[in-house]
Amino acid sequence: MVELETDLLTYQYPGSEEASLHEVSMRIPAGEFVAVIGANNSGKSTLCYALTGVIPHLYHGKMQGKVLIAGTDNKDKTVSEIALHVGLVLQVPGSQMSGVRYSVFEEVAFGLENRGVPRKIMRKRVNKILALIGLEKYAMHSPFHLSGGQQQRLALATILAADPAVIVLDEPTTFLDPQGAKLVFDILGQLQQQGKTIVITEQRLDLIAEYADRVLAFDKGHLVMDGKPEEVLTSRVMQTIHLDWTRYTQVVDLASQKGLLPVDFPLTASLSETVAILSPSREKHAHSR
Amino acid sequence: MLIHVDDISFTYSHSVTALQNISFEITTGERVALTGHNGSGKSTLVKHLNGLLKPSAGKIWLGGEDSTAARPSQLASKVALLFQNPDDQICKRTVWDEVLFGPKNLGYSTKRIKTLAEEALSLFELTSIKDKNPHDFGYSERKRIAMASIVAMDTPVLVFDEPTAGLDPYEISLLISTLKKLQSENKTVIVISHDMDFVAENIARVISLAHGKKVFDGSVRDLFRGKELMTDCGLRQPQVLQLSNACELQRTVLSPHEYVLELEKQL
Repeated sequence: MVELETDLLTYQYPGSEEASLHEVSMRIPAGEFVAVIGANNSGKSTLCYALTGVIPHLYHGKMQGKVLIAGTDNKDKTVSEIALHVGLVLQVPGSQMSGVRYSVFEEVAFGLENRGVPRKIMRKRVNKILALIGLEKYAMHSPFHLSGGQQQRLALATILAADPAVIVLDEPTTFLDPQGAKLVFDILGQLQQQGKTIVITEQRLDLIAEYADRVLAFDKGHLVMDGKPEEVLTSRVMQTIHLDWTRYTQVVDLASQKGLLPVDFPLTASLSETVAILSPSREKHAHSR
Repeated sequence: MLIHVDDISFTYSHSVTALQNISFEITTGERVALTGHNGSGKSTLVKHLNGLLKPSAGKIWLGGEDSTAARPSQLASKVALLFQNPDDQICKRTVWDEVLFGPKNLGYSTKRIKTLAEEALSLFELTSIKDKNPHDFGYSERKRIAMASIVAMDTPVLVFDEPTAGLDPYEISLLISTLKKLQSENKTVIVISHDMDFVAENIARVISLAHGKKVFDGSVRDLFRGKELMTDCGLRQPQVLQLSNACELQRTVLSPHEYVLELEKQL
């Protein structure tokens, strides 16, 4: 089943001289973990807004083409209808806190309360979500006394409360320490196991290499690469679109250049793949010399 | 400019102790990274250097002078601070005016102000947008505008709070070039960062905080050797070090180049 689809999607913000997305066509099946990469201003956030209905319902720019959510054109749904199906987590967690709830528990329950979910069901669901994201012991703390990493997980929890099939995250780990960032990806991995579709924009390519099934690379609003992480992240196109390889790829490439690995040795992007090729090759070369 | 932080502690008004008995010295021209988990006290600490916060106990000396009680306006000519969030800092309607704001307030000559602003805009590739409104741009441009603004102040000490957060690799390369230029001018630079690959490749000395206490002050290689310490500080090893540990490479390597040199030696 195709969960999300864009068909020749072009979008230009009001007052902007050029389009932020140009004829983007792609399909994301249910249950896939998709990473969206690109330099700043490449169109990543605009894609997030289009997939979650913020465009065209809240940003009234020029839009051409379609965004289909579970087969329905998002122009035909309201933002609140779309939110039941697709949740959006923003870069700065503070920007999506309600600001009117005094505890972490109440913040997660806020959306459910507004939809009139019975108290018993609500309590059960909120507790389950807080356990999943590791914030159960902070249930009665103020959202504003949490650390940045905890606030970002809380933002994710508030989205999960609506139980959307798709979770879209726009650079959620920007302000997190390295362990906090890894924890967010671990949680997203668990959500994927539960059948959720994950679409995430991210600059930490080492985490993408470990967790994503597929990578979409954008340059100046154009979708320029669409493939498996090991294909996209090791492509030489990366440097031409202002992105870098992971250090793992750089090590393998340098080792090949120095003759420590056979010429045209396939590049790797993740830690596990690189360890797999470097450890045996090191031994093999040591024996052959 | 020599920075001497002498046994400072700080408690916020809601009784949260953010810093406890922190001491260190940073010499003129040194480049130091300040690391630690979210909420460890890093931003609170650097706000003491330009007088935004006053310690509950302890003293701060800048260039040999006691600056503990000095006001931010008195310290502005000594320490420029990049806030983590550029929107906490940007206050003008054009990029050009924003970059002029700092040096103008420091009373520099018109000629010097213009030269400093043009140079700072060029370092962060902002010259083409100098007549535009900073708020018409995305987060990373606003961050570069904020960085150019503090570099233009031409102070002997510069503090960057999470300068790489939200920047793409090309923008980070502009920051790295700027840091090199500042070092050639003998400026003292403190960089708060969670980006361990950036720290490993660009900074030699690290001070680490955990829960408001200084838990490490030493070379970047020594920091990355201490696995427990890294965990306490919410950090992860840089990618090359994760790789070298998994492949049982003997030396603590900090960059892909060092990794491959070590691989060559071991074959």
